[in-house]
Amino acid sequence: MTSAPLLETRALRRNFGALAAARDIDFRLEAGARHALIGPNGAGKTTFINLLTGVVRPTAGVILMNGRDITAVPEAERVKLGIARTFQINRLFRRLSVLENVYIAVAERVGAAPSMRRPAGLRRDVVEESMELLDTLKLSADAARRVSELPYGRQRLVEIAIALGLEPRVLLLDEPAAGVPSAESHIILDAVERLPRQIAVLIIDHDMDLVFRFAQRITVLVSGAVFATGSPREIGANPDVRAVYLGQVARG
Amino acid sequence: MTAPPTGWSDHPAARALAGRHRLRAWEPIPWLLALAFYFAFPKYLGFGTEVLVTILFALSLDLVLGYAGIVTLGHAAFFGAGAYTVGMLAKHGIWNEPITGLILAALVAALIGLGSGVVLLRTQGLTLLMLTLCTMALLEEAANLAHDYTGGFDGLDSLPIAPLLGWFEFNPLYPRTQYLYVLSVLFVCFVFVRTLVYSPFGQSLTGIRENTLRMHAVGAPVRRRLVLCYVLSAAIAGVAGGVWAQANAYVNLGTLGLDRAATVLIILVLGGHGRLYGAFVGAVAYMALAHFLSKIYPTAWQLGLGLLLVVIALFAKNGILGIVEAAVRRHAPRVT
Amino acid sequence: MAEALALRHISAGYGDTVVLEDVNLAIQAGESISVIGRNGVGKTTLLATVMGHTTLHGGEVTLGGVSLARVPVFRRARSGIGFVPQEREIFPSLTVRENLEVGARPGPWTQERVFDLFPNLGARLSHAGSQLSGGEQQMLSIARALLTNPRILLMDEPTEGLAPVIVEALAAVLARLAAEGALSIVLVEQNSRVALAFSARTVVMDKGRIVYDGASAALAADGERLAKLIGVE
Ligand SMILES: Nc1ncnc2c1ncn2[C@@H]1O[C@H](COP(=O)(O)OP(=O)(O)OP(=O)(O)O)[C@@H](O)[C@H]1O
Ligand SMILES: Nc1ncnc2c1ncn2[C@@H]1O[C@H](COP(=O)(O)OP(=O)(O)OP(=O)(O)O)[C@@H](O)[C@H]1O
Ligand SMILES: [Mg+2]
Ligand SMILES: [Mg+2]
Repeated sequence: MTSAPLLETRALRRNFGALAAARDIDFRLEAGARHALIGPNGAGKTTFINLLTGVVRPTAGVILMNGRDITAVPEAERVKLGIARTFQINRLFRRLSVLENVYIAVAERVGAAPSMRRPAGLRRDVVEESMELLDTLKLSADAARRVSELPYGRQRLVEIAIALGLEPRVLLLDEPAAGVPSAESHIILDAVERLPRQIAVLIIDHDMDLVFRFAQRITVLVSGAVFATGSPREIGANPDVRAVYLGQVARG
Repeated sequence: MTAPPTGWSDHPAARALAGRHRLRAWEPIPWLLALAFYFAFPKYLGFGTEVLVTILFALSLDLVLGYAGIVTLGHAAFFGAGAYTVGMLAKHGIWNEPITGLILAALVAALIGLGSGVVLLRTQGLTLLMLTLCTMALLEEAANLAHDYTGGFDGLDSLPIAPLLGWFEFNPLYPRTQYLYVLSVLFVCFVFVRTLVYSPFGQSLTGIRENTLRMHAVGAPVRRRLVLCYVLSAAIAGVAGGVWAQANAYVNLGTLGLDRAATVLIILVLGGHGRLYGAFVGAVAYMALAHFLSKIYPTAWQLGLGLLLVVIALFAKNGILGIVEAAVRRHAPRVT
Repeated sequence: MAEALALRHISAGYGDTVVLEDVNLAIQAGESISVIGRNGVGKTTLLATVMGHTTLHGGEVTLGGVSLARVPVFRRARSGIGFVPQEREIFPSLTVRENLEVGARPGPWTQERVFDLFPNLGARLSHAGSQLSGGEQQMLSIARALLTNPRILLMDEPTEGLAPVIVEALAAVLARLAAEGALSIVLVEQNSRVALAFSARTVVMDKGRIVYDGASAALAADGERLAKLIGVE
């Protein structure tokens, strides 16, 4: 028996009314994978991440983690199993400070959050870890500011900091670099690079520089279905993929 | 920036987080004022007791509304549950010791909070608002119907409450004991709420208020947290109701009514929600105004009060404390 | 050529915080410019100031030679400025069609023309705004601004979240519009390559000031200077 992949979907399907946003998707993510998911707008990429994380329930099909069926496991418990994500459209605690945003995630992971007695700021371990994380994303100078006062590009980095604070085994990044100037998107890749090697990372992005620099494998999704899967070289050279998605952007 | 060798505890963000629960210089003032009131206005202690109870009730609402973001119009359900617990136990000669009576009031209110919270907190927004209102109306109707136990529309009066600590009598005409007793209860509950909101649990409640969807995505058991917060708040509201019944030696349907629920909401918004002391400022401002306006304009005082509230709602979203905070921020040197 | 939009000695920010300092910028009718710069240098604040969303501490914004000082925020949108905000700000509970009808005014841009550019929108007319994918929301935000048939179009990172083929189509349409001289465009863009290719003139911002205002070609040819200005590490 070959060992089960970290995360796997079988014939995963989701309909919104008449629209099939996910059509029988078979997908595998191995430990240590650096995988990219690309495809036209409205192809179903975000929906697929919503299915993997339990935000959206599938119409049919199963999701397995290490071979265990997690299709019915609720969202918060999947996080405890090690699945974390970022959101394409920011979902931050806008009126709280940057530090508090990450603190909430870290406190949840280390089990500090249910505690009602000690003041939050005296959990030195949580504060230290949150600050450390912000530092790797070059956000420590902004830690005391309210998120809503940050320029948009920095808010995008807070998105990632929250996900990293959960120390996931599977990290799902939904357009992490969108809104981050191209000159600074390396901050994100650097942060991902520093993660333990066995973590599986799935990234969605429309910035092909980033995708082709990052990914070892690429899946193209079109109209809810897997259109092509392969190495970056194969995908870049695939004329059909160029026609539906890449356009003139030269790749080889 | 790289991590200083001593760690990050000197970073302004970490310092702000580690320092926010510390006692601020002005915090003893409201308590000292409350004590001064006792000596300065012996004739107004009845009114003072009423204000203190209202503060306690508003504080319980602040926990759910201001911190967890649960919008409810039915919080008087718990106030009434506490009041009737004390009232019925005393009237029927089952139990009349005040302190343990309050604990029982808290327990009953908490149980009702648990039962309704588990069901209601699946919903949010307007649905939740309606459901909290309905739950309260149901309780009120039940209290009305169970005439034999609750006294129905007339309520229960002349409750035989035992002396506090077996020594201090509750004299309805000269409510000195009541005032100090309620003040002590308020203090204990306040310390509890204050500790709670600055704890990691309190932090996670603000997280739920700010972005519930994100809280799911960081693995927080959102509904369990909300229910727990709701139960704790219900217990405190129950204590407020219980202590009110003890201080007045009676209980009636008004403790369970929409009037009380709406007033406490107005008071909290007036003072500033999510701010701990908003309950204090709001209750004092509202009740003092109502008191004096009703003396000056016995017929039209509610109109004046209504107008004032409209102005506050229009121009000061964060209530009176919000105005104060903005003024302080303007005059204090900017922290960078 | 007449001046479409001008900012003179602008100093603006949020409350007491000053972000923009002494910003001067004039755009002729039919002219297009790109604005680039690092994170947080004030690009969004620049556009927000034109729209009246910030606190103005000094200076003056004029539209077609007329000062905007006394024009309230809601009327600016009606006076011929189209705005595509960075966070899209579509109406989440309205349908796509309703979103497009808000503020639409007659002119060369019609719904058919918009659907040609963004076929996704035409296919989702009765969906609520909140149900759209991220890219579709961006398309909706752009389409909504185009349908007001503005004289000047302010776009804050409009290509964010759009697939490369759509970005190409959008760039082509915008270039054509600009070439026709029908419209002035201010494009804030994080991808300097796209920005420099889009317009003949580029403005670079740093720390709330304009540090370069000149030919895009000159910047494109001088990689070292560009790197210094926008801080490629
Ligand atoms: N809750 C919903 N109700 C109805 N339709 C939905 C819902 N969520 C998504 N859709 C539709 O499903 C399709 C897939 O959306 P999804 O967000 O997964 O696209 P995507 O691949 O992430 O696109 P983008 O690159 O633009 O982010 C879209 O056409 C969208 O309109
Ligand atoms: N609401 C606000 N209150 C206070 N300061 C703010 C607010 N919004 C933005 N700022 C500050 O103004 C400065 C400029 O921000 P702005 O959003 O204009 O940057 P930007 O150039 O658009 O960045 P990005 O490329 O990330 O979109 C930043 O320092 C930011 O922190
Ligand atoms: Mg998406
Ligand atoms: Mg911006």
